[in-house]
This record gives sequence, C-alpha cells and structure tokens, in this order.
Amino acid sequence: MTSHMTGAKMVVQALKDQGVDTVFGYPGGAVLPIYDEIFQQNEIRHILVRHEQGAVHAAEGYARSTGRPGVVLVTSGPGATNAVTGLTDALMDSIPLVVLTGQVPTFMIGSDAFQEADTVGITRPCTKHNWLVKDTDKLATILHEAFHVAKSGRPGPVLVDIPKDVQFASGNYVSGKKVPASEYKPKLKGDIELIKKLVEAIEQSEKPILYTGGGVINSGTAASQLLRELVKSTNFPITSTLMGLGCYPASGDNWLGMLGMHGLYEANMAMHDCDLMINIGARFDDRITGRIDAFSPTSKKAHIDIDPSSINKVIHVDIPIIGDIAHVLDDVLNMWKARGRKTNSAAISKWWAQIDEWRSVKCLNYKNSKKTIKPQFALERLEELTRNRSDRYICTEVGQHQMWAAQFLGFEQPNQWMTSGGLGTMGYGFPASIGVQIAHPNALVINVAGEASWLMNMQEMGTAVQYNLPVKQFILNNERLGMVRQWQELLHGERYSHSWSDALPDFVKLADAFGAKGIMVSDPADLDDAILEMVSYDGPVLFDCLVEKHENCFPMIPSGEPHNKMLLGEAETGDAIGSSGAVLV
Amino acid sequence: MSALKIKKGSSKHSAYNLRSSFGDEIQTHTLAILVDNEAGVLARVIGLFSGRGYNIDSLTVAEVDHEGHLSRITIVTTGTPQVIEQIKAQLGRIVPVHEVHDLTVDGPHVERELALLKVGGKGEKRVEALRLADIFRAHAVDSTLDSFTFQITGTPEKVDAFAELMRPLGLIEIARTGVAALSRG
Ligand SMILES: Cc1ncc(C[n+]2csc(CCOP(=O)(O)OP(=O)(O)O)c2C)c(N)n1
Ligand SMILES: [Mg+2]
Repeated sequence: MTSHMTGAKMVVQALKDQGVDTVFGYPGGAVLPIYDEIFQQNEIRHILVRHEQGAVHAAEGYARSTGRPGVVLVTSGPGATNAVTGLTDALMDSIPLVVLTGQVPTFMIGSDAFQEADTVGITRPCTKHNWLVKDTDKLATILHEAFHVAKSGRPGPVLVDIPKDVQFASGNYVSGKKVPASEYKPKLKGDIELIKKLVEAIEQSEKPILYTGGGVINSGTAASQLLRELVKSTNFPITSTLMGLGCYPASGDNWLGMLGMHGLYEANMAMHDCDLMINIGARFDDRITGRIDAFSPTSKKAHIDIDPSSINKVIHVDIPIIGDIAHVLDDVLNMWKARGRKTNSAAISKWWAQIDEWRSVKCLNYKNSKKTIKPQFALERLEELTRNRSDRYICTEVGQHQMWAAQFLGFEQPNQWMTSGGLGTMGYGFPASIGVQIAHPNALVINVAGEASWLMNMQEMGTAVQYNLPVKQFILNNERLGMVRQWQELLHGERYSHSWSDALPDFVKLADAFGAKGIMVSDPADLDDAILEMVSYDGPVLFDCLVEKHENCFPMIPSGEPHNKMLLGEAETGDAIGSSGAVLV
Repeated sequence: MSALKIKKGSSKHSAYNLRSSFGDEIQTHTLAILVDNEAGVLARVIGLFSGRGYNIDSLTVAEVDHEGHLSRITIVTTGTPQVIEQIKAQLGRIVPVHEVHDLTVDGPHVERELALLKVGGKGEKRVEALRLADIFRAHAVDSTLDSFTFQITGTPEKVDAFAELMRPLGLIEIARTGVAALSRG
C-alpha cells in the first residue's frame, strides 16, 4: 500500500505499522506537526516524561523488559542533546531504541537557527546508525529501515532526524512490508566446523565453565531455554555478567552467581582455573577480565557472539563462533546429542567438589547489626519478601547498591533485570522503572537506588504520579557517593574528596510534594513491615532506607589484578591496590 | 593436567600469550572499503578511526559506481595485527559499509598515488630538477621563469624518493592524493 500523506502523519503511520504501542517523549517547536498527529489518534500512547534523558532511559527499560524496541520522540537542539546520555547507554548495553528528533527546516540547516544542533553529527558515535531525512518521499522507508537496524544483529539505538518542513510536506507512504530488503543482514548461523570443535571440547573438558552475558537475553527467550537445556544435560557450571542475570535461574543447581569485579568468589575462581571457557554473548569487558595477561591462563576459550568485532577484541579465543546465540546453541546441542551426549563426567564431579570448596568460603557474608540497617540485609529482606512474585522486575541506579542488588537478589527469568552496565549511568534506574511499569502495568517494579543516583533524574516522579505508575523506589540511603567513597578509602588514603551527599532532601516530604507516598525506615526491626507496606501500596512509593554509611562492597577484584586475587572483606584491603592499578578505573 | 593437554601458562592461545600470539610488530595495511555514497558516510569511517585511536596514513575516496551509489574508500593504516583485525571488524559494523578488503593480506595488489610538487630555482638547480623529473617520469604541468610544478604518479615510495631529491633543489610545496589500490589479476 502506498498513499499520499504528510511527513508527520507518516511518522505515526510507520510506528503503527511497526507494532509500536508506546512512545516516550517531550514536545517542542521542531516536532509540533508530529505531536499534532499524535493528538488525533488513539492507538499509540504517548508518555510525557519530565526530561529527555528520562525518555530514553524509560524506553530502554521498556525495551529490555519486553524485547521490543523502545521509541522516543524529542525536539531539536536541547531535546536531542539531552538524549545523548541515554543513547550512549543503550549503545553500550545493546538495547534496541528508535529515537526520533525534530530538526529545523532543511532550508535553515547550517544557519545556526534557533534550537538547531548538528544532531546526526553529535549522535553519530553514540548510535548504531542515524539518518537525516531531507525528503518526505524517503521518510517511510528510512523509518522502517531504522526499526530493522535497531532490532537485527547486535541490537542498538538508532536515531532519525526529521526537519520540520519534511514533516509538513506530503509524500508517498510505503508500508513496512513493501520496503525493499535491507542491505543490512547480520549472519545468524554459526560455522559448523567451529561448532564441531566446540562440541569436541565439551566432550573432553574436565573443568568447564559457561560464561554468559547480555547477548543471551538479546537473542530472545529461546536462547535462555537452550542455555538451560545445555547446562542441565552437561552439568556444567554457569556464571554470568551483570547484563546476563536471569538467562539461567538463580535457583538453578549449577548457578555460581555473577562474576567480575564484584562477582562471587566461586565464579571468579572457576573462571581462573577452568580448562574450557565457553563465552556466550558476553564481551570480555574489563570489569570481567581484570588483568588481561593473567586472565584464565590455562583455558581453551570459545566465544559465541553475533558481532564479529567482539571476537578477539580483548582476549584471543580458540573457537570463535559468529552467529545468533539461539541458532548456535541449537546446533551445538543437536550435534552433541547426535554424537552420544558425552561429557567427562568423572572429572566434572571433581571439578564440582573444588567449586563447592570455593562456595564454602561464603563470600557474601557480612557483619549484620541490630542497630543500623546493613544494605545487604535490606536487600536480603527485599528478596525474601518479594521473590514469590514471578512478575517482579528490578531496576537499579549505579554504585554500591547496584552491585549488592546483583549479589543479593535472585533472577529466575530473562528480561526482569534492568541495569546500566557498560556506561554505568547514574540516573538510569528511575526512568527505566517507569518504562518497565508502562510495559507491565500490573507487575511489581522496584528500582534499587542510591540516594545520589536517584536525585539525578528525580523529576520523573512527576511522570510516575501523572500516569499512576506504582513504581517502588527502594533507596539505600548511605548519604554518600558510596562507590566513590569506597575507592577513595582503598586507593586514595581515605581522603574523601566530595563523595558525600550534603543537604539531602527529606525524601518523605519530597514524595509528598509530588503526590506520591514516602516511607522512611532506619531500624532493622521495622524493615519487614516497611517493605510490605511499600509493596502493597497502589501507587509510586519513595522508600528511604537509611543504611550503614561506611559499608564497603565485597568481594572485590582490585583494578589491575587477576581473578584469583580477590578481596573478600575489610581485613584484606590494606595496600591491596598497587599504584599501577590506581590509574585504571 | 587437563584432558585438553594444556599446561599452566603454556597454552599458545591463553591470555598470557595474548601479545605474542598476535604479534607486537606494527604493520602497514591497505584497506579497500565499498560504501553507500550517502551523506555522512566518510564521517562515520573517519570518526571510527579517531574515536578508537586508530591511525590513518592516507585516505582516498570517490564514487566508483554511479548507478549503485557506491563509493570506494582506500585507507592505508598502521597497527599491530590485533588492531588491524579490529579495524576491519569495526568497519564491518558500520551500516552503510558493504565490503571491507584487506589488500595487504588478500594477495598481490597495485598501489598508485599522484603528487604535484612545486620546485623553485634557477640555473644549474633548475636543470638538475628537470633531469631528475625525466628519470622519474614526472611531467612538468606548469612552469614559470623561476619554478616548475611536476606531476608524478607511482607507489608512495617512489613519490617519497622523488620528493627527497627535489628538497635540496628548491621544493616549495607538495600535494599528494593518497593511495588508490586494486588487487591484481
Ligand atoms: C552520571 C554519573 N556521574 C558520575 C558517576 C561516578 N559514580 C559512580 S558510583 C557513584 C556514586 C553513587 O552514589 P549513590 O547513588 O548514592 O550509590 P551508592 O554507591 O552510595 O550505593 C558515582 C558518583 C557515574 N557512574 N555516573
Ligand atoms: Mg549513596
């Protein structure tokens, strides 16, 4: 079907064609024609945020929790520049987004017009791809291509910049089905020779480990199912990056917990000592590898990834398999079964005995207190009181609370854990929780926050109240930039330069001022009741949990150290980080 | 000892040997990149090099297929083998990039560059410049009473050698196109 319509109408039509039900946005002069079209229809819901950064993070939360691209609509100039942090965040974490920006009319581009910014120039390095549309006849095709690029291969954010005259002008609309096949076609099937090598390695390995990441979640629920089958039938231990939590259930027998800088002892030790490492949709990030030249020195390494540039970027691997994880795991399982389902089970039992020894260290132990709420205790209680909810979604901000959440909360399903991994964006969690709640209106959506991060996008309380979104803001308030304080303690001679939050607001009154509910708790004895009150309240809650101010997050692999040099607790931290580690972040 | 027969620290492919297995030596590679001829595509390619800290020794670009709207970019770059591999993989991720060829590893290829050199001088130096230009098959494309502008084509090494010889004879200015390259046969 092609038909004649204005560019603004095409935008709405293309979104409908692509099955979009929600747009997160903020209006302004350069997008008024599109807003006018949105006003005149009811199929697409527009959520008015309070800041464009909030719109992008909300769309990320929507995308991460549904597997569908998040859609954002903002104006030119400041609207577009405010979206930059969110775009970079989505690029680092491979989150599919389609961001539409208004632009000054084509005949004014380059004249320093009011609210003109070189949006495609500014966002070129922080999008997977972007387009400036100069001709209304090309608009529909570009919009459909934008969805295709955002979703396929390694997902990511794309941006379409639409000048105002292109929105006003009329042109031919082409429906999604009529658009010619895209040139952009990432490879899905893995090389069968390499898959065979991997199957042989699986059959022989004595000390295997599966190291999984966000790619499993991006590949879709089939990938998680196949992964679970692989673990179950091989009895291999499995760990995951921060981004991959939930692709294997935390309650599963073979789960070692998260790995990396603040990962579990057993996971990191197993990574270090394994003889076969199968990386599935992770990218050997520096938070995972620690010191490169001492990373898992004795293992043969396989890497399954859809992005060829992820392979051999940081760590050289023996079996590089480029392809979609669900496709590759399916082939691996089928071949392994056809060859007789062999593993070296005697050796693997020995390996498990070793792992159980590491587990018995109980690296997450902490000293509890009857007087003050320990942040770990708050999360343990939150877990205990909410884990029966299969529709529980957790977002986080960035800092110590984020790492504790990853350590102490258990995820049974993919797409229920939203956190800013690659960029580490403070201010991500609150708007992300709004996006998640919009996508899952009846679910229990909790943002585990630090007080400092939460303040970075607190204006979104207005959005939560306006749409009556019952998001629970669970603030572990240590009145500190806790993670910064921890590094200063360990690396900078306890000189706490600007790492505390002075003049904090009264969060209960703040909630009240927005028309939300505020709850403050400081006594461990009151914690359970307060959490239950938060969960049962039908509306947005700001939960101010006053916690121990100087708690450090352990275990920790100091920067520049290998996996087997983990710090387990306070006693071990003296001089742990050498001066060469101190230059790393 | 594991069934994979990898002794601690001895695996050729373990991270311990990351550097040596890739090789540390800096190499020069000539890449040919076929791209959609659309606005901003060159900025994407160059932005990749500057953003990730890769080197560009030379770069040429022009449309080569008018109907298909395709341009060919030739980049000469230097780096360790690992960096060169990354450059190719990262180029491949750019949506309007169709093909990336590493002519240096794909087999024999020809590389040519064009340069214009303005040489000023009188008397014996002027005669010497003309004589050397003849040996290098450079043509004088402009001349005044006290200067010549030579046009030379050849490999970058030939252009370098010619420029070196012209320097003491009064080289004033040089403009080079950068390398265009095709695989042989
Ligand atoms: C936008 C942004 N600015 C700065 C940082 C650096 N940073 C990382 S954690 C952190 C402190 C976070 O404090 P808070 O949110 O209270 O969490 P806590 O560590 O206390 O749990 C800072 C400043 C960041 N990650 N993001
Ligand atoms: Mg804090």
